Formats: sequence, C-alpha cells, structure tokens
Amino acid sequence: MKKAYWNEAQETSSRNTLKRLQLQRLRQVIDRALKTPFYKARLRRAGISGSRDIKTLDDLKKVPFTTKDDLRECYPDGLLAVDLKDVVRIHTSSGTTGTPTVIYHTREDIANWTELVARCIVATGASSKDVFQNMMSYGMFTGGLGLHYGAERVGMTVIPMGSGNTRRQIQLMHDFKTTVVHITPSYLLHIYSKLEECGFSVSDLCLQKAYLGAEPYSENTRKKIEELLNVDAYNSYGLSEMNGPGVAFECVYKRGMHVWEDAYIMEVIDPHTLQEVPAQEEGEIVFTTLTRRATPLLRYRTRDLGFIYKDECKCGRTHRRLSRITGRTDDMLIINGVNVYPSQIEEVIMRIPQVGTNYQICLEKDGALDKLVVKVEIYSKMFKGELGELDALRARIKEDLRASIIINPSVELHEPGSLPVFEGKAKRVVDSRQKL
Amino acid sequence: MKLVQISVFLENKQGRLFEVCSLLGKEKINIRALSVAESEEFGILRMVVDNPTKAVAALKKRGFVASLTDIVAVEVDDKPGGLASILGVFSKNNINVEYMYGFVEKFSDKAILVFRFDDANKAIKVLARNKISIIGEKDIKSL
Repeated sequence: MKKAYWNEAQETSSRNTLKRLQLQRLRQVIDRALKTPFYKARLRRAGISGSRDIKTLDDLKKVPFTTKDDLRECYPDGLLAVDLKDVVRIHTSSGTTGTPTVIYHTREDIANWTELVARCIVATGASSKDVFQNMMSYGMFTGGLGLHYGAERVGMTVIPMGSGNTRRQIQLMHDFKTTVVHITPSYLLHIYSKLEECGFSVSDLCLQKAYLGAEPYSENTRKKIEELLNVDAYNSYGLSEMNGPGVAFECVYKRGMHVWEDAYIMEVIDPHTLQEVPAQEEGEIVFTTLTRRATPLLRYRTRDLGFIYKDECKCGRTHRRLSRITGRTDDMLIINGVNVYPSQIEEVIMRIPQVGTNYQICLEKDGALDKLVVKVEIYSKMFKGELGELDALRARIKEDLRASIIINPSVELHEPGSLPVFEGKAKRVVDSRQKL
Repeated sequence: MKLVQISVFLENKQGRLFEVCSLLGKEKINIRALSVAESEEFGILRMVVDNPTKAVAALKKRGFVASLTDIVAVEVDDKPGGLASILGVFSKNNINVEYMYGFVEKFSDKAILVFRFDDANKAIKVLARNKISIIGEKDIKSL
C-alpha cells in the first residue's frame, strides 16, 4: 500500500522522542492551566503549583480528572487561560443535556487543530487531487469547520454543503465528481436509500472514500456502507472538548484510529476504580490536551469506551491506535437488570442482509417489566413478496438478539424511510420508561 | 404460462393502501385483481395489473418496497362448484397452493382465480392436461 504522510517526522517519530515531547508539552500546559480559576484551585489542592511539580510523564497521575460537569460549572469562562483578545473562535456544545460547555480557540489553536486534521486526511490516502464534500453541520458543531479547514490545508477541492438537503447533496456529488465525503454513517445510509429516487445509481458517482464520525456505529455498519456504496469507509474520532474531529483517525489499514500523541496524552481507565487498564483492555478514554492555549484541559474523562491496540501499525505511524468506540459510560441501558449497549444491538441487526439502513431501539414499560422493541426497516432489494420470508426475518432478528443480549425483544419490520431520519447525529434510542 | 403479480410491503398504517392505489391511478395502471395478506403490524398487498413493470417502477420511485412474483391465473365458470372442480384437480395431482385469490369478470360468465404454487411449472402441466385454460399476459391486458 502507498505510504503518504502529511508530517512524516512527527507521525513516525520514535516513541522515546514522542514521550520527551509529551513531557515538555505537559509541563507547559500545566502552567497554562494554572492561569484559569478552575485549575488554579483544583491543582493547588492536589499539590501542584507549577510545571516544577511534573518531572516525569507518570506525574500526570497526580493531576485530578476533569469531567463534563466541571466544564458545565465553569461556563462561560472559568476555563479560559488567555486574554479574550487572543481568542479567535468559540465553540459551545448544544446544551441539550444540560448547561452548555464552551471551548475557546486562539489563532494558534486553530492552526494546530487544522494540522492534525490534515494528517488524518492524508493518512487515508487522500490528497489535493480529491473533491471533498463536507456533509457535517457547520456552525457550533465542530465536525463541519474542523474537517473543512483540514481539507483546505491539504488542498482538496472543498464543497461546504453541511448536512441536510439530500437531493442537492446527491446532485452536487454527481456534478462535481465528489471523491471523498465526511458524513455521519446514518445520513450516508439515508443518502444511499434516496439515490434511486433522485435518478442516480452508485455507478453514476465517483465516490471513493467516506469519513464517518460524530456517532457510534458498528463494524457491520461500516461493511454495509462499503458494500452498498463501493467505497472505503474510515472511522473518525473527536469530541468538541478536544477540538472536534482530528483527535484520532484511521489510516489506509483501517484497523483502529491513530491518536495524535504529540497533541494529546491518551489514557484508558476503569470508570469505577479510575485506575489505568492495560492495552487491548476496554475502559473509559481520557485525554490531556498538550498544545491548546485558550482552553487547556487535563485528564478529561470523555465517557467514551474503547481500548488501545497493542501491536504496531503497518503504516509506519508510531502514534498508538484507539479502537472503535464501543459505547459510552452514559449510554448503557439497563433492561430488566441486564446491561445493554445500543452498539450491541446494532452489531446484530446490521449483520442481517435483509435489514435496511435505519433502525430504532425503543424501551417501554409493560407492567412492571421493561419491554425492548427493536424497529428495523427492511432492505427493499431483498423483498421477494412472501409473508413467510418476513416472518422468518423477524424470527431471526429476535433469535440473534436474544442470543447476543440475553433479552427477548419484540421486533417490528418497517418500510424503508418510515423511521425518523437524522441529518446530524442519529438518535436511535427512545426510552419512554418512567424514570424513578 | 406464468403471469406476474406485484407484491408490495405495507406497514399497517392509515392511508398506505390509498397511497398505492392513487399512485397507480395517476400512472393510468389498471388493477385487475387484488388481495391483502396481513400479519400483526404489516401486510403484503398483492395485485395483478395491466402493466406490472411500469407499476413496480413507479412504486419503487416513490419509495415503496415492491417486487414481482410469478403466479398462474386460471379461468373457470362463474357458477357453484367452479372453484372446487379446479382444486380437486390440484389435490389429485399433489399440487400445493401457497395462496390464492379470485375475481369475477364483468362481461362474461367466467371467474378468474390467481394461484401461487410452490411448483408453478408442474401446476401448469397438470392444468394443460386437464384442459383448464390459463390466462396469459395479453388476456389480462384485454380484460
């Protein structure tokens, strides 16, 4: 496979050099964090009053964790480490689940972020020759602007469509021979299901690569997308607290996402004991920003679950790889006492060829018991017209789910396009059980 | 000779059947026979129409899940015992009927029966041997 790098020296630097750089930057970021009211109080209590208290990378363990709630409490400027005149951009979270969180960026922060995104793009084999249609929302959501800047930096031809307006998306993909898209997996599947209606087929497009992010999805969904659209799909990971996209991205080998460790220190911890877990073992992902000026964050608990790959990647990058996000510490469902992650359900149903591109997980109360209803759209090309085949499909989904999550769900089959469609992040779980 | 029937997957949801029929009406497609098979929350609408290829294309374009299925249509006298006489022939010859539906012709004394067999070819041979007339595509168009 062709090996291309955006910043070869940094991406392939030896682990020792990388660790030395991490320590140097960690010491700088501690001093910057101490300029914020929040970290001043928090680090002092932990006995850290400056970079002199950080002598090795292990000393990071003395630093207390930062949580989403901390960020909310600091709203709007408790975590601002620079003068507002040096801030060039503000991103806030939507605040749908509580007080919003805010991340400030200086000019240098934006430049560093852009550099990381450029590395991600080149790692997938894309270049300035590609036409890039960005179907993530622009504005406050970091997915749109983050990739936009990186793609322009690489020199790609950028179509800043944002999300939504499916008909026009398809038309432009066709007219400008789009080769790379950045999109949520659920929206890409929706676009696929609308192709025919818009008078196009997959072979009318020039699509080669899809960058998928902003929502968790299973390996089977990736396979489905790659087969249906005849593309290579790359997994992207980012969160607004860590800039947004560009934190970790898959290279051409598509086995785990390289985390840019000169910009972030990654830890994986047991969410209950808070102790670090070894490579290959799943836990909560924790990041420390190493280069950020305006909003330095130390040991930020992402609530995302994943693991670090132990082995080296054939692409030559020395930056370690993070697994696909297997769930979130806060999206676990407890159904009649059994822990279930929505990703487990997706994994099962997306493996079945007669299942279409959209599904929904509904939880209801049936007397005292929880009832799990899985609604799936059927894949129209697999429909042969027999009632028996539909009953068999329903039975298979039920049986596969029961075997995987040990819960007996009821399964509903729906027409394609009848379940709610999301143009941004998909909301697949509808929990209408009364909260205690 | 086999005929094709259109099968449409429909959720049990108000107005869905109306949408299919009004769409076919707009496309000037005439429905010759129709039946609905239903399960708890979905059903399959089965139709014999004068232009099945055009009908399926129109349905798919509007996002319906539709497919074509081979069926055999037979003409019988519209009188007591007409259906029984045909079913007797199938029974004697071990032909299994998966499902069937019927309709009556306007301007004759014949009824038309639509059959889905698990082995259509065998059924056609048996019908021919018993001199039971099978309806072809042309006949459907001119009905």
